[in-house]
Amino acid sequence: MTDNKSGVLVVVEVEDSQPIDLGLEMLALARRLTGIMGGTVTAVAFGTGLETTGETLTAYGADQVLLNDNEIFTNFHAEAWLPDLSKIITEVEPALVLIGHSESGTDLAPRLAFRLDVDVATGCESIDIVNGRPHMTRSCFGGLAREVITFTKTPALATIRSKSQQALVPDMKRSAEIKHVSSILDVNAIRTRVVNRDREKAVGVQMESAKVVIGGGLGLGGPEGFKTLNEIAELVDGAVGASRAACDLDWCPRSYQIGLSGRTVAPELYIAVGISGASHHMAGCGNSKTIVSVNSDPKAEIFKSSRFGIVGNSQEIMPALAEEIRKLKA
Amino acid sequence: MKIVVCVKQIQNPEIPAAQFRIDEEAKVLIPVSGLSPVLSPFDEQAVEAALRIRDRAEEGADIEITIVTIAPKGARAAIKAALALGADNAVLLNEPTFDGGGGYVTARNLAETIRAIGDVDLILTGRQAADGDAGVVGLGIAEILDIPAITFARNVQTADGVVTVQRVLQDGIETVEADLPALVTISNELGKVRNASMRETMRAAKKPVKEWTPEDIGLDETQVGSSATRYELERLYIPVNEIECEFISGDTPAEIAATLAQHMREENLI
Ligand SMILES: Cc1cc2nc3c(=O)[nH]c(=O)nc-3n(C[C@H](O)[C@H](O)[C@H](O)COP(=O)(O)OP(=O)(O)OC[C@H]3O[C@@H](n4cnc5c(N)ncnc54)[C@H](O)[C@@H]3O)c2cc1C
Ligand SMILES: Nc1ncnc2c1ncn2[C@@H]1O[C@H](COP(=O)(O)O)[C@@H](O)[C@H]1O
Repeated sequence: MTDNKSGVLVVVEVEDSQPIDLGLEMLALARRLTGIMGGTVTAVAFGTGLETTGETLTAYGADQVLLNDNEIFTNFHAEAWLPDLSKIITEVEPALVLIGHSESGTDLAPRLAFRLDVDVATGCESIDIVNGRPHMTRSCFGGLAREVITFTKTPALATIRSKSQQALVPDMKRSAEIKHVSSILDVNAIRTRVVNRDREKAVGVQMESAKVVIGGGLGLGGPEGFKTLNEIAELVDGAVGASRAACDLDWCPRSYQIGLSGRTVAPELYIAVGISGASHHMAGCGNSKTIVSVNSDPKAEIFKSSRFGIVGNSQEIMPALAEEIRKLKA
Repeated sequence: MKIVVCVKQIQNPEIPAAQFRIDEEAKVLIPVSGLSPVLSPFDEQAVEAALRIRDRAEEGADIEITIVTIAPKGARAAIKAALALGADNAVLLNEPTFDGGGGYVTARNLAETIRAIGDVDLILTGRQAADGDAGVVGLGIAEILDIPAITFARNVQTADGVVTVQRVLQDGIETVEADLPALVTISNELGKVRNASMRETMRAAKKPVKEWTPEDIGLDETQVGSSATRYELERLYIPVNEIECEFISGDTPAEIAATLAQHMREENLI
């Protein structure tokens, strides 16, 4: 390539002043890629209360950290992020920019790409370097296929799926240059106004960090089925998720949705109950270490991705499972 | 008010995995024979969102809903479906030169089309096309036209030159507004799409469908389709899934459950 761009820039999201896991996972990917194609790893974080963020990001693999600590960045707002982030990327000149494939990343990355007049690969699962160029592998066709794409213009932008990478073990002895940048944002240029924000208070164990996730689908037969799933989740410190079909029927909160257009989980154990196993659903749980599924149809697609299968009625199996776990714990 | 809805025609995204085929050599989808193509589901909901705006508008309000699609391989089914739902007219970019664009070119060509239509107040797209699953084109159009964009809408309302959107968050909802012209991407939470009425279906055949060439949108052939694209598809494949499923059986649900619970204990999950 004829340009001077090198290295990887990682946009790390911060929640309650802590970098989210996905940000740390992307730093590991960035380290691996710069190991092959050279250049440094720059971590960029926007938010408030970033006093210790620089050290954390260094320990997880950054060579350079740029912190934009400012009240305006307390809550994510794509239009507020864009001017500063575009400027930083133009100055750092990375060959590749990694952004989380999260609620905010999916809103931000395409805008950023068009603003920088470059291209973006969304929902990437892996990136390899071939002849010095990033080859990005992403899921398409609802999870049924994978495509590997490259861009002719740099930097390439990629959004990375949660849990597709593994964060490095933090190394407190690593050192990096930590810089504070000041915002160039003109708040009057923001054209979309958030007039109200209503988030459900997260209760119990978060799906993304739970060791056990139990997903319920239409085969639960109704909202009552989720009661048993919640009971089991509580017994094993797990979390409950759902198929889109169950969410669409309001059998459970919207936030339970796992899959292509929902959340991504990769627990030690995913128990799929009354879920047929559509690729759109598997896109959000396919990386789980072990999948166990309960389905009344022995031919259900879900068994093809399961380590263990139970052919049976969820309304009988799940209460029995709750009972057995209780016995084991007693 | 002029509303443009960008739609894409695709193979039915809910076909069983066993029927799904790829030609790895040519790096293309092999269409399932006998299966009719559909409007990409989120795009169908974008049409519905436009129709709901018109339903709520005051009597006599002039709301024109135009369907726009880039479809070098044709999009008869999608256009027909959108017009039968109640859209007023359509612009079709179906020249072979439009083929093989990718997200960047598609956004650019759609933006120019919208400019050529002129005086468009609201642009609606799906959150992502259900074939590529990219979610890039909508935001791209907004950036190119330099207008505000709001993603993942479950409800869109307009009044007095302002669009108000209920936007889906992972764990809730936010209400966001912007002055028109603006672009909104629609998510599945918008809910059910109406059935095409007999009356609209009959009328659909007579609704105007314009077919535009690159010149009609002020571009030359190097600015459309694969000649303008900046990405390369290196590989397209179906991932192999090599898991062998072990079935847990037993005489009673309790027995089956006990075996599973025992497995979980062995794995230190209980
Ligand atoms: C573009 C797009 C995006 C999508 N995104 C998502 C997404 O993010 N997440 C998602 O989940 N889906 C998504 N979907 C929908 C997806 O394709 C499936 O329709 C959905 O996952 C099906 O949900 P389900 O498995 O609960 O229902 P069904 O497919 O109806 O399956 C129910 C299952 O329960 C079994 N069953 C019935 N009765 C019992 C019983 N008594 N005990 C045990 N088992 C029983 C049946 O055998 C069946 O296998 C998307 C679709 C599209 C087109
Ligand atoms: N070829 C096309 N013609 C018209 N609209 C399109 C086309 N491709 C994408 N779109 C619109 O852009 C949205 C996002 O597409 P994508 O970025 O490809 O996931 C879709 O839901 C459509 O509304």
